[in-house]
Amino acid sequence: MIGAIGFTAPWLLLGLIALPVLWFLLRAVPPAPIRRRFPGVALLLGLEDDDQQSDKTPWWLLLLRMLAVALVIIGFAGPVLNPEERRDGSGPLLVVLDATWADAGDWGRRAARLEDLLAEAGQAGRTVALVSLADLPSEGPSFQSAEAWSGRLPGIEPVAWAVDGEAAREWAGELEGSFETFWMSDGLAAPWRGGALAAFEARGPVTVFESPRPVTGLRPAAFENDAILLTAVRSRAGEPATFAVAAHGLDPAGTPRRLARAEIDFAPSEREASVELSLPSEVRNRVTRFEIEGVRSAGAVSLTDDALRRREVALIAARDEREGLRLLAPTHYLEQALEPSADLVDGALSEVILANPDVIVLADVATLAGIEEEELLAWVDGGGLLVRFAGPRMAASDVSREEEDPLMPVRLRAGGRTIGGAMSWGEPKRLRAFGPDSPFFGLAVPDEVQVSAQVMAQPDPDLPDRVIASLADGTPLVTRKRVGAGQVVLFHVTANAEWSTLPLSGLFVDMLDRLAVSTRPADLDPDDLAGTTWRPDKVLSGFGEVREAGVLPGVPGEDLAEAELGPDLRPGLYAGEDRRIALNVVTAETELAPAVWPARVPVEGLDVRRETPLKGALLGGALLLMLVDILASLWLSGRLTGARAGVTAALLAAVVAGMPGSADAQTDDEPLALEATSEVVLAHVLTGNARVDDVARAGLRGLSDALFRRTSVEPAEPISVDLERDELSFFPFLYWPVTPDQPRPSTEAYAKLNRYLRTGGMILFDTRDADIAGFGGQSGNGTKLRELAARLDIPPLEPIPEDHVLTRTFYLLQDFPGRHDSRDVWVEAAMADAERAEGMPFRNLNDNVTPVVIGGNDWASAWAVSTDGSRMFPVGRGFAGERQREIAYRFGINLVMHVLTGNYKSDQVHVPALLDRLGQ
Amino acid sequence: MSHPARLRQGAEELAQPFPPLLAAAEHLASSVLLGEHGRRRAGMGDEFWQYRASMPGDERRMIDWRRSARSDAEFVREKEWQAAQSVMIWVDPARSMGFASAKHPEKGHVARILALAASVLLIRAGERVGLTSLAAPPRTGQLQLLRLAAALAENSEEEYGAPELRGILHHSRAIFVSDFLGDLGPVETALTKAADRDVKGAILQVLDPAEEAFPFDGRTIFESMGGSISHETLKAGDLKGRYLDRLAERKARLEDLARRTGWQYHLHHTDASATSALLWLHGALGRVH
Repeated sequence: MIGAIGFTAPWLLLGLIALPVLWFLLRAVPPAPIRRRFPGVALLLGLEDDDQQSDKTPWWLLLLRMLAVALVIIGFAGPVLNPEERRDGSGPLLVVLDATWADAGDWGRRAARLEDLLAEAGQAGRTVALVSLADLPSEGPSFQSAEAWSGRLPGIEPVAWAVDGEAAREWAGELEGSFETFWMSDGLAAPWRGGALAAFEARGPVTVFESPRPVTGLRPAAFENDAILLTAVRSRAGEPATFAVAAHGLDPAGTPRRLARAEIDFAPSEREASVELSLPSEVRNRVTRFEIEGVRSAGAVSLTDDALRRREVALIAARDEREGLRLLAPTHYLEQALEPSADLVDGALSEVILANPDVIVLADVATLAGIEEEELLAWVDGGGLLVRFAGPRMAASDVSREEEDPLMPVRLRAGGRTIGGAMSWGEPKRLRAFGPDSPFFGLAVPDEVQVSAQVMAQPDPDLPDRVIASLADGTPLVTRKRVGAGQVVLFHVTANAEWSTLPLSGLFVDMLDRLAVSTRPADLDPDDLAGTTWRPDKVLSGFGEVREAGVLPGVPGEDLAEAELGPDLRPGLYAGEDRRIALNVVTAETELAPAVWPARVPVEGLDVRRETPLKGALLGGALLLMLVDILASLWLSGRLTGARAGVTAALLAAVVAGMPGSADAQTDDEPLALEATSEVVLAHVLTGNARVDDVARAGLRGLSDALFRRTSVEPAEPISVDLERDELSFFPFLYWPVTPDQPRPSTEAYAKLNRYLRTGGMILFDTRDADIAGFGGQSGNGTKLRELAARLDIPPLEPIPEDHVLTRTFYLLQDFPGRHDSRDVWVEAAMADAERAEGMPFRNLNDNVTPVVIGGNDWASAWAVSTDGSRMFPVGRGFAGERQREIAYRFGINLVMHVLTGNYKSDQVHVPALLDRLGQ
Repeated sequence: MSHPARLRQGAEELAQPFPPLLAAAEHLASSVLLGEHGRRRAGMGDEFWQYRASMPGDERRMIDWRRSARSDAEFVREKEWQAAQSVMIWVDPARSMGFASAKHPEKGHVARILALAASVLLIRAGERVGLTSLAAPPRTGQLQLLRLAAALAENSEEEYGAPELRGILHHSRAIFVSDFLGDLGPVETALTKAADRDVKGAILQVLDPAEEAFPFDGRTIFESMGGSISHETLKAGDLKGRYLDRLAERKARLEDLARRTGWQYHLHHTDASATSALLWLHGALGRVH
């Protein structure tokens, strides 16, 4: 075993020792010479070589060969990549899973490894107990067959919280019996691990399986410097890494989608990295969660709550008459208080309402125009928070005097009161501590807050319910009324420091915060949350999926602040009365540290390693190298030239491509087309009768020879044509001997034939029976011809007339004999109105080339010559026979001329008329 | 000793190469004839030269009676073509002519076709054509072409050939076709002897393109066509320059030899058009006439 490679026959590797010997052997042998026949050798005699360098095989060729041999040796030694190591062990096996969110990232690999382990245990016949520490069974482990557990594997999922350390340690301590333990750890350090490990080790050997990948988590988003600060942590430093963090939320149309994306770069040595994400407030307020893309874990998801939301607050003040006195401006303190935590909206009231802010603050605004009031009411009814501050104007106005104004929580007495001023009695009043029903409950009331003037509420029956803050003497200071889904809050003092010192104190900010006018990063104060019940809205699964909470029970507020996450307090979004709190797996304080195991505990990765035999690849490589060697040797000895190089290259390409049949992809037509078109070629139709086909071919060969000798037509060797397969359009002329037993062409072949005939081709049908047929006589060939031709597009025929152009295309002929001498040769009938040309012995027949010539004179036999140039068949007897053969040749020549030149000779009838017109 | 049928078979086999060879030669020749001698093609042969008064010694049958009948004297019709030249052809039959590289025809084949085509032209022009060997003494007529074809088809077993002068006639014309790659001594001797006999003519050197280009490299043993001469080299590519020098020197020597003896020299490559070589041959014979 060398690294990840093992050998099935390692002794064969000793053969590598022989390589140096081989080196010397190969080195001594020069490349074999080529013997060449070359007449110019006479000129070479006496020429000496300049140097003797190529006497030895070049080193690179040697290296190539050595490499090939080495590959062969190693290949036969049977190398195996990742040879399976058989885990020996017996007895019961406890498989412990952490199964927390930190596992979720590579749960698939864990599950595969688990499956592997179970299969192994199953093969070894061991009983197995599978326990998830995050979800401890109520009793001890139940050892069952591995197969039973395999079926349950898919049901085990990581949870979204950490292992309850105490419970796990206790559970481990109660274990009995002896067994081996496999611990699939999530890789995060935890204080309880040591105890649990000791408990497991007390029962038998422990092996830990851990993912080498660091666990990554995303801390809750913080809001800093007008930007969202996203911080990611990881358990292990070491390598630089980049993660993309995406902000998800609803788009304006209400569809969930990714709203923004930022990249976090971990420096190599850092375990923490942040990025600032700057978003427009509209977008930012829609963000529901951030998540690290590509990491499937609850830790990589950070739900956002109100802490991130920056409320839009519209500050509306009465017309500012006293310019320049900033500290006296009605909204100055509000602005100062809200600016850090809210987005302030400026503008006229009617415009601001359209922007649908979360809060509208009216500082000493008494009367509203009718339309404004209606819009404002509708806005409050829809969930808006209207905060009003009193002031001199409000005190002087008649707003909510007799009747309760819908936009005022209480009726006001006329005037208001001033306490402790120069013109009044008494001390300025302090605030009374907030009652438990007040939203301000729990806020400390500082002593320095004094109220010197206020507007007074009418003591209506429902006044006590509406007071949420009052002065020490019990007069309401802040009143509230719910209107539909929204509320109206009235501060009975001014928003500036004119009437009270409240705006100067920190209490003012806290109060605004409690009213959810502004929002602070939520410090979950258990006292603060005590007694409240929070309803889970969304919960996170271990994989980081956000699910609807469904029917999960509500959670007490103090738990929210203090308790550890667990099955009863799942990470998610909890909704309270008027705010939402997100509980995330990774909090702002979370540090992820890798688990540290004692050296005695073996730690394995999760890789499921597959055995890969390398023998084939190595031998293949050796073969390839040898091929290269062949080429190199050829090239070196100068034999790799010209056509051989081309052939070799093609062969090599075929070998490399591994497609021995690729050449078949070419159509068969191509060589045929080249052959048929590079020269004039006569062709005959294959009948299936070998004898007839041979004769036809020989006949065309004889005719081609005759044409070659006598005319300027120089045909190449004739071609046999298969009607079904071959393209016909290359051939000017087809000779078709008819045999009784030839197969009828297919429909496609007929289509091809008809196309051929229509586009100017000519077929010479030869029934070869003129010796027995004729004058009403019938032969099998004639019947067959009729059958064959029935579906051909053949025009009306007539016996060849005396003035047909065939009689004079090259030779002047009147008979068309072949081996037989029959006058029954048929061609396309002339037009009925053809007239004899003036002064010429023929009619005006300017028609096409006749598409068919039909006869039975067995022309091919008369033309046929064997390959040595001798006649194959006798024709007639003696001199008359030779004459007949000569005429047969002449007919053939005329026929080919007719095909190639068309009715050119027929045009000659016009010569007198043409000369006449030219004025000759 | 030989059964007639077997004799016939042998004859057929022997005759087999002639028609194609002759056909190729005629085909080649026809391309030349069409250009230069088209009008002389038909009805040619008994070209009239002059009538002269018969002199004592003329045979009776030489008298042209038709002419003589129109006057009192007796006339003899003389015909120019009877004074035809004898053209002797030698085509190198040695084995070196059997060389062919790539798809080119064999040198010997090209040489024979050229020689035969020239013969066709010459015979049509009324000359007598024969071979310098005694195989075919100069004669005219179509039959002579067949004889020439038969005689040319023979090969010899020698590695390199040298012109034969056994059958050469004084004052005749000659065509030597060879690759002239062998020893030039015999060629020189033959040419000198021919010049002595007032024989003039044309030397046509036929070379394969490979012999001109020497496209070889690597360790090679070069052998002559018969295998009797061989030369081994480790780097054939290195020899190229010197080989080409020697070849050029040889060509120059041949040309020089031709000039000195009043012959014409031409180099033909088997990949070039045979027609041009034939034209040259035709012209060369015309020039030395």
